[in-house]
Amino acid sequence: MPELKLLTKDIDKKDLHKLSVYEETGGYGSLKKLFKKKPDEVIEMVKASGLRGRGGAGFPAGLKWSFLAKDVFPRYLCCNADESEPGTCKDRLLLEKTPHLLIEGMIACAYACKIETGYIYFRGEFQHASDLMDEALKEARAKNYLGKNIMGSGFDFEIHTHLGAGAYICGEESALLNSLEGRRGEPRLKPPFPAVEGLYSKPTVINNVETLCVVPYIINEGPEKYASYGTEKSKGSKLVSVSGHVKKPGNYEIEMGTTVRELIYELAGGIRNDNKLKAYIPGGSSTPMLPADLVDTPYDYESLAAAGSMLGSGALIVIDDQVNIVESTLRLASFYKHESCGKCTPCREGTRWMWQLLDGIHNGEGTNQQVDKLVDICDNISFKSFCPLGDAAVGPVASSIKYFREDYEALLKRNAEGTA
Amino acid sequence: MFEFSPANQKRIPEILAKYPDTQSALLPLLTMAQRQEGYVAPQAMVEIGKILKLSPGYVQSVASFYTMYHMHPTGKYIILFCINISCQLNGADELLAYTASKLNIKVGETTADKKFTLHREECLAACSNAPMMRINDTYHEDLSKEKIDKILDSLD
Repeated sequence: MPELKLLTKDIDKKDLHKLSVYEETGGYGSLKKLFKKKPDEVIEMVKASGLRGRGGAGFPAGLKWSFLAKDVFPRYLCCNADESEPGTCKDRLLLEKTPHLLIEGMIACAYACKIETGYIYFRGEFQHASDLMDEALKEARAKNYLGKNIMGSGFDFEIHTHLGAGAYICGEESALLNSLEGRRGEPRLKPPFPAVEGLYSKPTVINNVETLCVVPYIINEGPEKYASYGTEKSKGSKLVSVSGHVKKPGNYEIEMGTTVRELIYELAGGIRNDNKLKAYIPGGSSTPMLPADLVDTPYDYESLAAAGSMLGSGALIVIDDQVNIVESTLRLASFYKHESCGKCTPCREGTRWMWQLLDGIHNGEGTNQQVDKLVDICDNISFKSFCPLGDAAVGPVASSIKYFREDYEALLKRNAEGTA
Repeated sequence: MFEFSPANQKRIPEILAKYPDTQSALLPLLTMAQRQEGYVAPQAMVEIGKILKLSPGYVQSVASFYTMYHMHPTGKYIILFCINISCQLNGADELLAYTASKLNIKVGETTADKKFTLHREECLAACSNAPMMRINDTYHEDLSKEKIDKILDSLD
């Protein structure tokens, strides 16, 4: 089987969220090894492991840590638990089932980067996960895994939870920082990057939940072991949320490079009612959709990029042949219109315009020129927006026209016949 | 007038202690006010502004950015029905229409007895258990009409 459970080996163990159970599985075992190393050695280990950010951008985690402005303190660690990319539900699994794994990973990151304060930014709807985390933090403090002089190491570190209040854009790292500072969650101009001026204008590491959860494995087993899995540039395992028209939707941890076909047909049990696959969105709603004939694409950063899409946050959305793609695209366009923060014009106006045109086409009021206009608007949003949300909004629209123009034409034809 | 309850008053210093800058407590305090009153009243924003030394206008400008803050009273139970792609592919639109007709309201409305408010919602990160809805803090997943009946009928 293509499953590779490095993070989720014990995820189904009863009460894993409790410290005593987590310790039975070897939890917090990495700390003894951690404190024997120098902080820079830990950064080198994470670099050597090839671990890349699991939030969407896929930036090398160790490299990100090494970019922190030299000798500027205090520094902060923010864990991005604002999981909001449609299709993605893997961080919620980790947060609710194994909160101590995240704490353990954050301790390692903080130690490596000489950080004394960490925040976990939960999306507002994750009240339950945040409550569980508060309990886990209490347990960890009582055992001196957090607090002053952790396990006699001389290292101090504290973690606080923070809940957002409903805004997809706060998953973008600089918008998250604004939100955490009590402001509107609008993105900041970069540079300066958060590693130089982040939270409270101090050097800040921002990592996704899954990224930080990998770190204890790297400390325990060594970076070579982690790097022995996966492909040349996409190392290790990836937690993939599979949803949509599959028989067994769920979160599957696979070795990087497993094919999409294996994910859909072996792990997720195939398509509902044994229908035909029409399209799949590989990495969350913002990643361009791909047609069924690209189902043998390996699930890793490079292969999905070469196929014209992205691995993104690791959310595979499966669409069968009973769907007119315009309907799905309209839904996503509506989402991005709703979530555009309004700060910059291409995104604010472009997402609304795309939705208007799609809505018209879907209602049978569209023309061929309007489909071309959609392509044109996509070009005018791409790389011209203030932050990646604009590009994200373009992903589903542009790819749906590229691969499924016939679905658009079917609706236009209906219109033409209706008005004839 | 708005006042935090004595229990919530006690929590304010704990919340402030998490952050080196008091403004970071803005979202937590807005959330606490909403949990106490069911919505964020203008007076609550004035009060929070006093605590954090921010103008009421500024507090409102931040509060209005976030979709989870209700500026008007809502029903006892707020149903947020996910209609984003994974739920859509699994029949969410039909189930949302079913829920609305069962409650005899339109999406966005509150029942006459002030028990339920029904909203369409974007992705809530439960995609592999679609379709789903969130009622107050609880996620209800793998929904069907029967399951919705059972859940709604069980709420007082």
